[in-house]
This record gives sequence, structure tokens and C-alpha cells, in this order.
Amino acid sequence: MPVKTQEGAQLLTGGDAVANAMAQIDPDVFPVYPITPQTPIIQTFAKLVANGKASTEIVNVESEHSAMSATIGSALAGARSMTATSSQGLALMAEVVYIAAGMRAPIVMAVGNRALSAPLNIHCDHSDSMMIRDSGVIQLFAESVQEAYDLMVMAPRIAEHPDVMLPVLVCQDGFTLTHSEEPLELTPDEVVKDFVGEYHVPLPLLDVENVTTKGIFALQDYYTELRYAMNAAMEKAVPVIEEVFGEYSKIVDRPFGILEEYEIEGAERVIFLMGSTAGTIKDVVDELRAKGEKVGLLRLVSYRPFPAEQIRKALAGATEVIVLDRSDAPGSVPSLHSEMAAALYGSSAKLRAHVFGLGGRELVPDEARAIFAGEAPTHIALRS
Amino acid sequence: MSRLKRIAKNQNGVQPLGGGHALCQGCGVPSIIRTVLSSIDTPVIVVNATGCLEVATSRYPITAWNVPWIHSAFENTAATASGIEAAYKALKRRGTLPGGDKEVTIVAFGGDGGTYDIGLQALSGALERGHRFLYVCYDNGAYMNTGIQRSGATPYGADTTTSPVGASDPIGKLQQHKDLTAIAAAHHIPYVGQSSGARWQDLSAKVERAVALGGPAFMNVMSDCPLGWGHESKVGIDVMRAAQDSLFWPLFEVVNGDYRLTYRPRKVIPVVDFLKMQRRFAHLFKPGNEAVLEAIQQQVEDEWVRLLKLCGEEVRELPVVKPAEETEAVVGAVA
Repeated sequence: MPVKTQEGAQLLTGGDAVANAMAQIDPDVFPVYPITPQTPIIQTFAKLVANGKASTEIVNVESEHSAMSATIGSALAGARSMTATSSQGLALMAEVVYIAAGMRAPIVMAVGNRALSAPLNIHCDHSDSMMIRDSGVIQLFAESVQEAYDLMVMAPRIAEHPDVMLPVLVCQDGFTLTHSEEPLELTPDEVVKDFVGEYHVPLPLLDVENVTTKGIFALQDYYTELRYAMNAAMEKAVPVIEEVFGEYSKIVDRPFGILEEYEIEGAERVIFLMGSTAGTIKDVVDELRAKGEKVGLLRLVSYRPFPAEQIRKALAGATEVIVLDRSDAPGSVPSLHSEMAAALYGSSAKLRAHVFGLGGRELVPDEARAIFAGEAPTHIALRS
Repeated sequence: MSRLKRIAKNQNGVQPLGGGHALCQGCGVPSIIRTVLSSIDTPVIVVNATGCLEVATSRYPITAWNVPWIHSAFENTAATASGIEAAYKALKRRGTLPGGDKEVTIVAFGGDGGTYDIGLQALSGALERGHRFLYVCYDNGAYMNTGIQRSGATPYGADTTTSPVGASDPIGKLQQHKDLTAIAAAHHIPYVGQSSGARWQDLSAKVERAVALGGPAFMNVMSDCPLGWGHESKVGIDVMRAAQDSLFWPLFEVVNGDYRLTYRPRKVIPVVDFLKMQRRFAHLFKPGNEAVLEAIQQQVEDEWVRLLKLCGEEVRELPVVKPAEETEAVVGAVA
């Protein structure tokens, strides 16, 4: 039975929405360092704490490296812990992101995706998330403010699931979502609280009666097994994410999936991408469908774990798959392109791939039409 | 209870760092760790930087630690400790601390590389934010774990693998070491202390005062390194004592901004008596380096006078014995 929404639809930015989800979850500790475009998240959250909406211990650390380090310390000490970052911040903390995953710290991190330097740029692309693609963290990408909010509410349940115990990153497009107001429905406080539940971590450091050694040193004899355990956890994360999505979906009466299939039924040409640009593609799909063109969209929500099997299944009827990566890979092809190629290996579908939207350059409907028509360059909107 | 009996009782009856670890024979670090932790009454949580202490005590699937312990990286020890302290505060406030509302003391250990150099930013941030924890730097003056590379703590004139003595560099490291204790004191935190692995009473008393003041507290503790300093394992304590008696590494503390000298040698020995015990300084005794030895002596004396003034102590004439005539004998140093 779906619950009634808190105050009806509200107009909030993605940053404010995620900050509200955090206040409702009321984590124990939030170590953080400011960076554009993550700042609305942490400013709004700080204000919500100052106003008594949450009682989280905010630690304003001196760098993102320290933000993730402190978050590891607090999460493994026995406190539900979150942080937030973007771009260069994620790059600086990359070392510790790997460690958070390897130490199986169930941290939740809000990310406002932004291009990486150089040149310096503050606007959206997905290069920052790609940089840590093999770190062992779960990365979920939102299309809308509503979805960013909902993913944030669900993230602790996924991270802290005993079969998973990995950090979860809730990614939203910098500025396009973090700074843009959209109508959304907030889930009532008590519903969020019940849904999220109590935080548990095995052998918390603060339980001084049950002594533990965390962050051990492992050589040729054990390293492989300990790292490989993360693979197993990622595999188990797929059904866990689906289970958590399903449970929350019943409560709020909105659908969630590790993939979103939009007009996939009978589609021959299908665009595959992540993030807010899906909105533009959906409009163009509607327009082309009205003209009788068999086009569709497959939007990836769970970038890590990458649901290759489900993707292959969803694309079983497609004759051409068009991958749009919002990041580049000088010297090779970007992540979604290569991973889609692997997922489609042996399939008869044609694969085409484009890079778009670097450093916040928008993808406009005309370009989406050209992409479907096979008339777009590899790098969309690249000026000569 | 006498201090010795108290330390012999270990940490609440438990030896915090047990035997069976892989630290070198003669290394000053394990006794520093045991002295520090056994001087604290409350349960402890130990945060450890990457380094000798960490790799030698936590090789999976065994551990030498009998107290809660965490390591995450090299440069982030103070940040990790900050998070644990924040967790403690949050759970205490919310009444959800595991095992009830008991006091714990968070102690971070890092070597000089992890503290003077790569971990300095995280340390400074944690001290500025005022977390309630004790950070202990065990300073053996180089990156010993990776094979004796020079650090910001390496003294002028030391031969290391990255400040090697050679035909065009007869001196070794050409820069002074960083005054990390002063940098910590500049944060105006309740407690800063400088101690030595050879002076367990001094070390233990300082830990007590540091913990009693709440924190943040920082201690810079000299440790010998037989491998990196080049001395026999059995003389480590003697070498460190010579560092105090030659005024090379003075013992003092800064309590709420007030400097206090905690050890004044009855008989000050020349710095060369400390240097000649170690292979890392052996090249300084070769003909042609006399001026370098004099410069080191002068530097140590200048620093001592500066410290005495800070401590409000009388600056007496330094009773330094002139350096011994013979220069080739390197007593106690491993050939």
C-alpha cells in the first residue's frame, strides 16, 4: 500500500533533495570538504542540522582525502557515515575510495558529477566516476532530482546489506541536477527512518570488549582472496539492489530498476546512457516513435555493479545499439562503450558509440535526432 | 603504584602489542608503543599509519594487537582518527555506544615519513579541529620501511639511500630537519611533547599529562633504527641517550602554550659522541668534513639556547667537552 507523500510535490534542486534525504536518514557522522557542484548538498545539510532536523556529527575536514579517510574511520568505528564530493575531490580521494571498498566500509557518498581538470571546468561529465570505476564501490546514477533523492534514501540499505558491505555512490549530474529545481515528492520522515533501519557493522572499533584488527597487510598468500571477495560482493549486490528497489518502490509507488527501459518494446535502434541527458533522449524517442521510427532508450542506473546480463536481455530485440559516454578515454574507448561491446559479444546487434557532454556541453534534441539517424560524429558537438 | 609497576601491568592487564611481531631486533618502536599504551587507564583504540609498525604487526591472518586497531593508509592517520573520534562523540550523544557509555582514548601512531611529510596536512587539520586524541610520531629520521630514504625528519649530514654520500656530495642530506614539534605547538593545542624511546619515565609521564588534558595532543618521540642508523641492535638505547645528552634531541613539553624542559643532562656530551655511534654519519668523520661537524655542533647549541629561553630556563655556559681528537673510530657502529 503506497503511503501518502509528506507535503505533496515540492520544488527542490538535486543538492537540496539529497541533503533532505540525508537529514531524514540522520547519519551519525558526515566528514566533508566543499567542492563545486557538491556544495549545495553540504550547505543545505549543514543548515538542516543547525535547525535541528538532524543531529549528525559534521566534521569539516581539510581535504577530500581526509573526508573519505575520516568516513572510513567512523563507519568502521560503528557509526553510520556519509560524505559527498565532485570531480577533483573524487580524484584526490581516489586512493582512499579503493581502501574504503577494500575495507568493506558501508559508506554512502553523494556525488555531483563534474569534469576533471585540465583545463579546469566546473560542469558536468562523468569522468570523475569513471576514474574510480574499478575501485569496488557501487555507483548509482540518477536521471532526475526525484531519483537522486530516492537513491539516497535506498543507498544505506544496499551498502550495509551483509552480503554487500561496500560503499555506495549516489551520482547526479553536476549543475543539471545539483543546482536545478524539479518537482519531487519527499517520503515521510518516519517512513525513511523505518526503511533505513539501524546501522550495524561487524566488530565496530568502539566495541572495545571485542578486539579487532582492521586494515591488515596481506601478501601473495591472501591478497588475491581478499580482493576477490569484493567481486563476489558485487555479484550479490545486483539482487540486493533489486530487492531494495522493489521494497521502496512498493512504499512510494514509483518504479525503480538497475536499468530503465524506455520504449524498448519493438525498438530496433536503442540509445544507451546514464544520467540526466536521458530526459532529452526520451523526448526525441517520443517524437520519432510518433513518426513510426522504431527507436528506444536503455538508461543505466547501476553503473557498478554493471548488469551485463540484464543489458543483453533488454537489448535482445535491438538491431543497433548506440552507446553515449559522458567521458572520454584518450588512447582507447570509454567505459560504457567497451563494456557494452563485452556485453553484446556474440550478438548480431550493431554497436555504435559516441562521446558527448564533456565539461557541461549540452546535448540538444537536434543532436539526438542525428545520433539516431546515424549522422552524428563520434564526438558530439565537437567544434573544429 | 610506581610508574614501572603500572607499565608492567600493561593496558588494563592486557599487553596491547603482543610478541611475535616482525619488528627488527633493537628497534625502538615496540617499547615506545607499549609504554605509551600502558600509560593510559582507559581502553584505547589505535590508529596506525602505513609503515614499519603497521606491516610488522598486522600481516594477515595474524595480528600482534590485543587492542582495537585500524590502519587505512599512509598519509591519513590523523583523519582516520578524527572520524573515529567523531563516531565516538555521535554515538555517545545518541546513547548508542557499543558496550555502554565508557571513556576511550584514541591513539594514533605514525612514523616520521607519515607525519612530518605525507601526513602533515591531515595532522594539522585534525589538530586545528580539536579532536580528542593523542598522536604519537615515532621519529627515526627516515623512511626506514621502504629502505632508508631521506624524510623531512632526516638530520643534516645523514647518509640515506636518497641523500647518498658520494664523490660530489661528501655530506649526505644537505638540509636541516623540520621542527615538527614546533609546528604542532603552533596549533595552540593543549599538549605537545617531545620525548625519547630511551626515556620511558619521561615518555610515560608525558602520555599521562597529554591524555589528562583531553586533546588534541601531539608527541614526537625519537626511536632508534639499527638498520637505518647503522648501529648494533644492543646499543639502541645508548645511542638515543647520547641524543639527549648531546642536546641533539632535547626532551620538553608545551602545556597550554607553556614550554617546560623535562630533561637537562648533568654532563653535556659533544654531538660527535652521538654521531660517531652511527654508520649514517660515519662519512662526516673523514678528513675535510671538520667544518660540517662544527656546524652541526653549533646548530644544536643554538637550538638548545632557543629552547631554554622558551622554557624560561637559565642559559648557562654550555659545558660541552671539545670533540675527541680521533675521528676514524666509529664506536658501536656496524661496519
